[in-house]
Amino acid sequence: MARINVNPTRMELKRLKARLKTAQRGHKLLKDKTDEMVRRFSVMVRETMRLHDEVEAEVVQVLRQFSLARGSMSKKEIELVFSMPSVSLTLECTTANVLNLEVPKLHLEETRSEELYPYSFAEVTSEADYAVAAAGKLVSRLLLLAEKEKATAMLAEEIERSKRRVNALEYVMIPDLEETIRYISQKLEENERASLTRLMKVKSMLEERGT
Amino acid sequence: MKGKMAIIGDGEGALVFRSVGMDAYAAEDAAAAARLIRELAERYQVIFVTDVLAAQMEEVIAAYTARAYPIIVPIPSVQGGNGYGAQLLRSYSERALGMDITRGGRNSDGENNAR
Repeated sequence: MARINVNPTRMELKRLKARLKTAQRGHKLLKDKTDEMVRRFSVMVRETMRLHDEVEAEVVQVLRQFSLARGSMSKKEIELVFSMPSVSLTLECTTANVLNLEVPKLHLEETRSEELYPYSFAEVTSEADYAVAAAGKLVSRLLLLAEKEKATAMLAEEIERSKRRVNALEYVMIPDLEETIRYISQKLEENERASLTRLMKVKSMLEERGT
Repeated sequence: MKGKMAIIGDGEGALVFRSVGMDAYAAEDAAAAARLIRELAERYQVIFVTDVLAAQMEEVIAAYTARAYPIIVPIPSVQGGNGYGAQLLRSYSERALGMDITRGGRNSDGENNAR
């Protein structure tokens, strides 16, 4: 344990004691915060995993459906058909506060046009219809997943950071301060004893000379 | 704040999402996708990337973790997912808690954890 390099004075002692108190208080608060973050994270990560598995399966299904549709049409046709969006989506992006962490919050507003499909039925096969319909339903779930995944990632990073901070306080800063405080008070006591003995010695010398 | 969505795919699979209002971009390989992401990150709030590409440019995506936006999410391609998204979640769990809790008592090798 490294002692902090300071002068062993009463001033310094007072200052260090104040710092120790702050460090201990900060340590307690940070530790509580980390514990709460860990609790929320463990709930969140399970939830996100479940959602992730579901959405992933749905996406694969939509893509399979789409490749079926693609198989029955020429490349040019398909480019034409799918390049016009059927729904104009307005995405409202805000942030929510989770334990002082700014996580994204998405809100989807759909303004559907008259019909869902961006093409006339004469042009395309029914496979394409299914693909588009399924994709439309999927969007809101995809966004929910995006929001959750990001929040999980951010929380994981924050937990890591705050754990490191807690450890630094617990195993470096607080022991260092305590050791320095002990060192200074011992030094002060020693000075006191030294001056006391000096006084006693002087007194006895004076008495000797007097007699 | 109004947001926009983009999807980066390696094939035509991204096309179907264009019909539901996302902007689709094609990237041949990870290097092209990485360039695309850097460019799109300024304009889009949510970017979906095919997981095959995402797995090859981990550090590019990780650079955006600290900010709330843009959100970059790996999604599977037509061939099915390669498990990168799930692996990402597991790695978060391991970093934050020191262990993987996403598999309900099973560790990443598929064996039962002794509890």
